[in-house]
Amino acid sequence: MTTTSVEQWRGVAAETQDEVAASLSLLLRRRTRRLLADLLAPHKRAVWIYTVAIVVSVVASMAIPALVGIGIDRGIPAARRGDDVPLVVVAALIAGCAVLQAVLYRTFVLGTGRIGQRILLELRQRVFRHFQRLSLAFHERYTSGRMISRLTSDMDTISAMLDAGLDTLVTAVLSIVTVGTVLLVLDWPLGLVSLASFVPLLWLSRWYQRRSTAAYRRTREAIALVIVHFTESLRGIRAVQAFRREPRNNQIFGDLNEDYRRTTTTSFQLLTVYWPGIRFIGNLTTAAILLMGGLRVINGDMKVGVLASFVLYLRRFFEPIADVSQFYDSFQGAAAALEKLAGVLDEEPSVPMPPQTMDRLPDGGWPTDEWQGAVEFRGVTFGYRDAAPVLREFDLEVPAGQTVALLGKTGAGKSTIARLLARFYDPVSGEVLVDGVALRSLAEPELRRAVAMVTQESFLFTGSVAENIAFGRPEASRDEIEAAGRAVGLDAVVRRLPNGWDSAVGKNGAKLSAGQRQLIALARAVLADPAVLILDEASSSLDAPTERLVQRALRTVLAGRTALIIAHRLSTVGIADRVLVVDDGRIVEDGTPAQLLAADDGEYAALHRQWLESLA
Amino acid sequence: MPAGTVQTVIAAARGLGSRTLRRYRSLYGFRAYLRPFRWQMWVMFVAAFAMVAASTLVPLVIKAAVNGPIARGDRGAMVPVFLAALGLGIAECALIFVRRYIQSIAVLRVETNIRDDLYRHLQRLAVAFHDQWQTGQLLSRATTDLSSIRRFLGFGAIFLVVNGVQYVAVVVLLVATYPPLGLVVAAMTVPVIWLARRFGNEYSLLSRRMQDQQGDLATAAEEAASGIRVTKAFGRGALLHTQFVRQAEVVRGSALEMVALRGRFWALLELIPNVVMALVVLLGGLAVAHHAMSLGALVAFTTLLVLLQWPIIDIGWILSMAQEAATAADRIHEVFATVPAVADPPSPVPLVDPRGHLRFEHVSFAFPGADEPTLRDIDLDLAPGETLAIVGATGSGKTALTALPARLYDVTAGRITLDGVDIRDLALRDLRSRIATAFEDPVLFSMSVRENLVLGRPDATDAEIEAAIDLAQAGFVHRLPWGLDTRIGEQGLSLSGGQRQRLALARAVLARPSVLVLDDPLSALDVHTEAKVEAALARVLRDTTAILVVHRPSTVALADRVALLEDGRITAIGTHSELMQLPAYAEVLSVDALHSDPDDVAAGASR
Ligand SMILES: Nc1ncnc2c1ncn2[C@@H]1O[C@H](COP(=O)(O)OP(=O)(O)OP(=O)(O)O)[C@@H](O)[C@H]1O
Ligand SMILES: Nc1ncnc2c1ncn2[C@@H]1O[C@H](COP(=O)(O)OP(=O)(O)OP(=O)(O)O)[C@@H](O)[C@H]1O
Ligand SMILES: [Mg+2]
Ligand SMILES: [Mg+2]
Repeated sequence: MTTTSVEQWRGVAAETQDEVAASLSLLLRRRTRRLLADLLAPHKRAVWIYTVAIVVSVVASMAIPALVGIGIDRGIPAARRGDDVPLVVVAALIAGCAVLQAVLYRTFVLGTGRIGQRILLELRQRVFRHFQRLSLAFHERYTSGRMISRLTSDMDTISAMLDAGLDTLVTAVLSIVTVGTVLLVLDWPLGLVSLASFVPLLWLSRWYQRRSTAAYRRTREAIALVIVHFTESLRGIRAVQAFRREPRNNQIFGDLNEDYRRTTTTSFQLLTVYWPGIRFIGNLTTAAILLMGGLRVINGDMKVGVLASFVLYLRRFFEPIADVSQFYDSFQGAAAALEKLAGVLDEEPSVPMPPQTMDRLPDGGWPTDEWQGAVEFRGVTFGYRDAAPVLREFDLEVPAGQTVALLGKTGAGKSTIARLLARFYDPVSGEVLVDGVALRSLAEPELRRAVAMVTQESFLFTGSVAENIAFGRPEASRDEIEAAGRAVGLDAVVRRLPNGWDSAVGKNGAKLSAGQRQLIALARAVLADPAVLILDEASSSLDAPTERLVQRALRTVLAGRTALIIAHRLSTVGIADRVLVVDDGRIVEDGTPAQLLAADDGEYAALHRQWLESLA
Repeated sequence: MPAGTVQTVIAAARGLGSRTLRRYRSLYGFRAYLRPFRWQMWVMFVAAFAMVAASTLVPLVIKAAVNGPIARGDRGAMVPVFLAALGLGIAECALIFVRRYIQSIAVLRVETNIRDDLYRHLQRLAVAFHDQWQTGQLLSRATTDLSSIRRFLGFGAIFLVVNGVQYVAVVVLLVATYPPLGLVVAAMTVPVIWLARRFGNEYSLLSRRMQDQQGDLATAAEEAASGIRVTKAFGRGALLHTQFVRQAEVVRGSALEMVALRGRFWALLELIPNVVMALVVLLGGLAVAHHAMSLGALVAFTTLLVLLQWPIIDIGWILSMAQEAATAADRIHEVFATVPAVADPPSPVPLVDPRGHLRFEHVSFAFPGADEPTLRDIDLDLAPGETLAIVGATGSGKTALTALPARLYDVTAGRITLDGVDIRDLALRDLRSRIATAFEDPVLFSMSVRENLVLGRPDATDAEIEAAIDLAQAGFVHRLPWGLDTRIGEQGLSLSGGQRQRLALARAVLARPSVLVLDDPLSALDVHTEAKVEAALARVLRDTTAILVVHRPSTVALADRVALLEDGRITAIGTHSELMQLPAYAEVLSVDALHSDPDDVAAGASR
């Protein structure tokens, strides 16, 4: 089976599976219904208005056959008598109905289209905003491919339902009701028999609903996996090609694609049974009515003409029901997508940011715009996986304005400390504080004025160099942006780019070298101007002269600011007031560079020796 | 003269036709995918026709039964009548079932096959293509666009034909019933076609714009997803949100324009048959009144006319579907039409007994679209087993140079040879199996550690994997919760920076290439680990040709020779001690940092 091979390359991870237990199904449906109701609420009035419009339009179109009958029955005899007026009037009425119908229909299409697009936009907004609010831990588990799939493919499905023609639904319901009434009036025993067909119809629909909900749910998950693999392998195309991964990738993609096809086929085939099934119930009822009605006619209980029109009406009764089933199908598809979106929207951020800063300062005041930048880790325990904490009871105090270098073996937990200070994650226990205020109590804008971080992986957005720097502080003026760039020596790079500061960096910065990307990331942080600045190996790809330049710049930039600098090159440590050596989540050495160097058997001294050697 | 007129008319018609056809050319180009399913397609068509026929037949049979046996009071005929009605009903259902069933098999397979091929093609397209094309744009082609094509093949194409035939049949019947009135009805074809053409033109422009914008929106979603860390680090979720919403609003704008266009067109399509009905009642009534036509014929005429309504109304959604499919086909075709810039030669030279003799001969290289070459006139000769370090400032072209031997990009002038053969004459598989690269940002995938490691050599034994892990000091993998089977997060982001880099290094070494290309492979390692990795690397490098991009003097020690790259040119080449004489070299390696910049590092050290 493909699933096993899929699992093998994918590897194992402790992640919540998207499989849905039966008990959960109810909850999911309730959640989805709530979301739908919520989305529709602002449009209730408009929906009613457009429903009235389409009802009138349908009535107008239903009037046309009746008018044709009147024209033939009344207009022609009159015309034979030489009076053309009735015929002309009827024709004019038909034309009038036609125009009325067309105008109202157009109104309806436009109106519901507008509502549908509003809802779609609202949904996109909500989901996107919520994705932004969710914490990194969620994103790591959920993967970007799934996020993309939620924002694209799922939305497509919903928009397909909106396009599927709500008018079919309204028209169908309307004809079912009117024709049903007509049937009962024509001959109530046969009418009741016809209505009895609703029993198997509802049963069949229930069956379809249950099965297709499950099937469409699987479809959504399958397409998400296709998208995950698609985006990931294109993003890593260099490695794919350089290591000749194409055949294996094709195979994996083929499997996932095939899986998607199979789930889609299942949902298709459910409709393949459901739709003809409905028709079958209709045709069976028709045949039965023909038999029963025929016998009643022969027994003299019923007139032939009544039976004839009854049977013909019966068809107009079942055909719309089949139409409804088609609409129901696209509704089910959209419902599955909506269910996924509702799931995302229901996800609670594990690092919730209060909408407003709540905490008072220890002295009773409120944090002002002037952050001092004193940092404290108080008994912090944290691990990415529950089993293995990276930090245990970690304590650290950094007075405002100090520049601290964080050194240590790779995997020691340096970036983890940095991420906790930037509040990418919350500690399992303990507290991280800036100026005595717990990070948890800060609203996002406040938090980012206090702390900003240059991450180990420098990501650039498609756009120009200037735009990417401005990401640090979007309201910055052009001069400030360029000044921040110049501060880290980016002007030398920019001078050689075709459009200077406005040159495109390409997708994910592909048009720049690694060092140039890092410089932009640095400039971004300089522009952001936070009280506490974290640099996580922010200059690892720079050549030595550029790095020296950056350091000189940092010296000015960091004046009066607290800084946490993580670096492996000890040259970077030159500007630090204090060095911390981290090993296995604990601080093993703490002091000024000179103090630590003096302790000959110390780790820092050893690092320094080795580094000097490496320079020779 | 008349002959000339006819010719002009034909030419004009052909012009019109070809313009319309051109719009569908890409879609038509995908017909090869239908070929394996041509029987199924035929069955689908036949079933669709038969179903329409059965549906038309059912009321006739019922009418006949009611007016015949029932009216006569023939009790014995009731059962056959019942059975006939039932039989026809079952046949109708069976035909729908067959069509839908085949559709669910064949059409979905067509979609799947195209998607598979698209993915394959994308994997073949050169890195330069992927530098330029946004993943979101490609993704929207592989998902949204393909489903439009599927919808069209499944419904649109079939009902286009079925409805067309039904339309023509009914019109012919109408003309036969009463030619003067029939011709009036037939005349309605003219405005319908004129409308359809106008609609097609406008809709095609709109749907192209819309689908492109959807691709942009997918791109925005993709970037927001990949850039989530930076966004969090600066708290710029709100900014991205605003940008995303702005784009979503653009999409909505186009969607609304499409809705408006559809609304107008569909409403007109509803209007036309009804107006014709009014005309028929008026003219037909007058004709009957003046005994030019029988009453029965008029009744039959209006009954038939009702049958025309649906084919016309359906043109609306069928055309929208067709247009969207055509646009989608165009967009997908654009990708398929791109020829891989880096491809296998027509007759590859077999690579026998690879030793790893790599030569750059007057190589120049410019990135596609760049005015200035990034590398100029590079001449390098790496003897088998030799290790060459490349040293140069940020942006001097080191990474560009390392991308060339594996043909991630092709040189723009000069040539690169491996064991005397131009690498462009080798099969890509052969070439790339001889050259392994560790990129400067480690490219890892959300797969098991093992799968990431054996990327370049799927048949590696456990012992070899272990050796590579040892060499790269990547023993931490054994402490992961499921060891080598642990899935590492997307882009390896559930590992620390140094851990990622060591995996990438282990992967390159494990491929056991003749030429090893390492782009700044130790930048994220602490000095202790770095020293250990260097010691282990030294063993591997002894008999492997290697290009090593280096920022630190200690790593230079691994190399036999060093080349100094300045602004895309090799300005010096020699051993480390030879080059030490050059101020430019000493400067870029910061060897003299201790002396030249006393208040930097050394200050801290000697305080
Ligand atoms: N997102 C994550 N999910 C799970 N584990 C993680 C994650 N990030 C880091 N780890 C693990 O936590 C430990 C500490 O990682 P951290 O990134 O803090 O190391 P580091 O000191 O920054 O190392 P380096 O110098 O290599 O960057 C490592 O063992 C790493 O595998
Ligand atoms: N895809 C691209 N399109 C156009 N220009 C590019 C592209 N990639 C890189 N460049 C430019 O080519 C030059 C060389 O880039 P390269 O990545 O080779 O530098 P590098 O020597 O590796 O620098 P670093 O030490 O920072 O990694 C840079 O100026 C960069 O702006
Ligand atoms: Mg780190
Ligand atoms: Mg580089």
